[in-house]
Amino acid sequence: MLKYLSRRLLGAFVILILISAFTFFLFFAIPQDPATLSCGRNCTEANLELIRNQMGLNDPVPVQYWEFMKGIVAGRDFAVGHCDSPCFGISFDSERNIWDTIMDRLPLTVSLTIGGLVIFLTVGIGLGMIAARKKGTLIDKTVSSASLVFSSMQIYFLGPIVLGLLVYNTGWLSAPKYEPISGGVFAWAGGLLIPWFVMSLIFTANYTRMSRSTMIEQLQEDHVRTAKAKGMSRKYVFFRYAWRGSLIPIVTIIGVDLGALLSGAVVTEFTFSLAGLGRLAVDSVTDKDLPMTMGVMLVGAAFILICNIIVDALYAFIDPRVRLS
Amino acid sequence: MTNPSQAVKAGGDTPGPESEGLSKEQGGGLAKAGAPAEAVGRSPGQLMWTRFKRDRTGVVSACVVIFFFAVSALAPVISKIYGKDPYTLYGQNQYGLLDDFGFPTGANGGMSGEHWFGLEPELGRDVFMQLLYGMRTSLFTAVIVTILMVATGVLVGLVGGYFGGKVDYWLGRVTDFLMSFPSQLFFIATMPVVTAVFVDPAEETPTYLRAIAMISVLWFLGWMAMARLVRSQVLTLREREFVEAAKVTGASPWRIIRKELLPNIFTPVLVQGTYMLPSAILSVAFLSFIGVGYVEPTPDWGRMFAIAGNIYENDPTYMFFPGIAMVVFVVAFNLLGDSVRDAFDPKSGR
Repeated sequence: MLKYLSRRLLGAFVILILISAFTFFLFFAIPQDPATLSCGRNCTEANLELIRNQMGLNDPVPVQYWEFMKGIVAGRDFAVGHCDSPCFGISFDSERNIWDTIMDRLPLTVSLTIGGLVIFLTVGIGLGMIAARKKGTLIDKTVSSASLVFSSMQIYFLGPIVLGLLVYNTGWLSAPKYEPISGGVFAWAGGLLIPWFVMSLIFTANYTRMSRSTMIEQLQEDHVRTAKAKGMSRKYVFFRYAWRGSLIPIVTIIGVDLGALLSGAVVTEFTFSLAGLGRLAVDSVTDKDLPMTMGVMLVGAAFILICNIIVDALYAFIDPRVRLS
Repeated sequence: MTNPSQAVKAGGDTPGPESEGLSKEQGGGLAKAGAPAEAVGRSPGQLMWTRFKRDRTGVVSACVVIFFFAVSALAPVISKIYGKDPYTLYGQNQYGLLDDFGFPTGANGGMSGEHWFGLEPELGRDVFMQLLYGMRTSLFTAVIVTILMVATGVLVGLVGGYFGGKVDYWLGRVTDFLMSFPSQLFFIATMPVVTAVFVDPAEETPTYLRAIAMISVLWFLGWMAMARLVRSQVLTLREREFVEAAKVTGASPWRIIRKELLPNIFTPVLVQGTYMLPSAILSVAFLSFIGVGYVEPTPDWGRMFAIAGNIYENDPTYMFFPGIAMVVFVVAFNLLGDSVRDAFDPKSGR
C-alpha cells in the first residue's frame, strides 16, 4: 500500500516537472518576444527593456527555465526586490509576489471544489442507490429523468436562475461571498451555500446516473444473489456486497471529473463574482501577465494531481486487487 | 472477408465464435422486426438502422439535433426571411424600444411580432438572430474540433495499437501526460500564446484567427480519450483470425488497417464521437463565457450567457433563450448518443 502510494507520488512529481517545462517552453519559446506579448498595446521601449531584464530574457531559454525552477526551491532576487521561496516570480501587472497572490485566492477555490465535491458525492450516490433499490418505480423514473436534465445544465445558466429565485426575488439567502473558514464555519458555509447548491445540482446528476446503473449491475451479480440466498439480511447484502462493488467505477469517474470540477470552479467564480484561482487565471490572461498565468497553471496542476493521488489511495482502499498488484 | 467480422462486431465487443455471433444477431433482428422466417442477408449497417428506427427516443432526439444543425446552417436564409441581422442595433436606431436605462420597454424583454425573442439590453440587438448566429458559430467551431479530435485519436490509437512495441509505449506516455493536464486552465492560459503565434499582439485579432486558436487549443487536449479507446479496440482485433489471415496472405499494414481494422472500429468511434461533440460545444461556450474565446461583435452562444449573467437581475428573459436552447440540445445529443450505442450494440442496454 505504502509502496503503491509512494510510486504514485513519484509519478505525479515527474508529471508536474514535465508540465512546468512544457508550459515554460510554450510560453517563452514561441516565435514571439514574450516581453512584447506581456507588454500589451501601448508599449514603450523603456517598459520593454524593464520587462526583458526582469524576466532575464537575455539568457537562453533552458537557463531561464533553470532559474525559474531554482526560484521555486530557493527563492530569487529581482530588480524590484527579493522573492522568498517558493518563488514563482513577480507579477508584471501589480508587481506583487505571485505565490502570495495565489495563496490569497486558493482557499476560495479549494472551498468551492471540496465543499461541492462532498455535497454532490453524498447526495448523488445516495439518490442513485435509492433509485436502484426502487428500480422501475415512480421514484426511480423521477430521479433518472431529473438527473438527465440537470446534467445537461450549465452553471452559467442555472446559477443566475437560482440567484434570482433565492436572493433577488425572495431574499431568503444573501448573495454569495467568501469568508475565510477561520472566521467561523457558519459564515464560511453560509457564504458559499448557493454556489455549492448550483454545482451540486449539476454534478450530482452524473453521479446519480452512474451509481444507479452500477448498483443495478451489482445487484444482479452472482455473489450478491448467493448472499441473498444464504439468508443474509437485505441491508447487509445491499451495503456490504453490492454497494462496495459499485463504488469502484464511481471512484474512477471522480478521478476523471476532478479536472472538470476545477474548471467548474472557474465558471462558478465567474457566475457568482467570486475572486478565486479561476478568476485570477483569466485576469492574468487578459492582462497578459505571463508569470502569473504560469504560476496559476502549475498550482492548478499540482492541485489536480494531489486530488488524483487521494482518489488512487481511495481506489486501493476499496479494491484489494489494486493494493496487491 | 470483412463482412462476417463486422456482423460479429455489431453483435457485441466480446470475441466469440463467429457462427454464434452471426446467428444471434440475425435471430434477434428478425424476431423483433416480426419479419418472415426466411433468412435475408442484411448488412450490419441495415441491422443497426432497423434497430435505431424502432427506438422512439433516439428518433426524436435525432430530429432535434438535425433541427439545430439545419437552423444554424440556414441562419443567413432565415435572417433574410425574418428581415433582421445579428449586428444591427435595433434598440438604438429606433426610439422607444429601449428605456432610459437601456432595458427593453416591452414585456418579457421586448418580445413582439417584430422581435420574436425580444431585444438585447443596452445594445438593442435582435435576440433571435443573436441566438441563431451564435449557435452557428459554436456548432461550426465544435464540429471542426470534433472532427480533428476524432481523426487524431483514431490515428494515434491505430498506430499505437497495431504496431505495438516502442511506438506504442511512447504514444501511450504522451497520451497519459496530456491527460494529466488541467485542461480548462490550460485552455485559458494558452489562448493568448496560440493567438500570438498567428498575429502580432499589438494588432487586433481577426475572428477567424480566434477560431483557429480556439480550435487548436481544444484539439490539442481533446483527442486522448479517443486514442485510448481505439488502441484498446485494435489490440483485441489484432489477434483475431481474419487479421492474421490477411497478414498471411501478404496484405500490407496499410491495407490491413484500412480494410480490416478501420471498418471494425467504426462503431465505437462513432459512439464516442457523438459524446465528444456536445462537450466540445460546451468547451467553446466556456471559453467565450469567461471572455477568452470569441469577442464582440461575433455572435456566440457562450458569450450570450456572459451578457445574460450581467443583466439577469433586471432582464431575466434574455437568459432563457440561449439557456433552454443549450439544455435541449445537450439533452438531445446525449440521448442520441445512447440510442446510437444501443442500436449498434443491443447487449449494452440501459
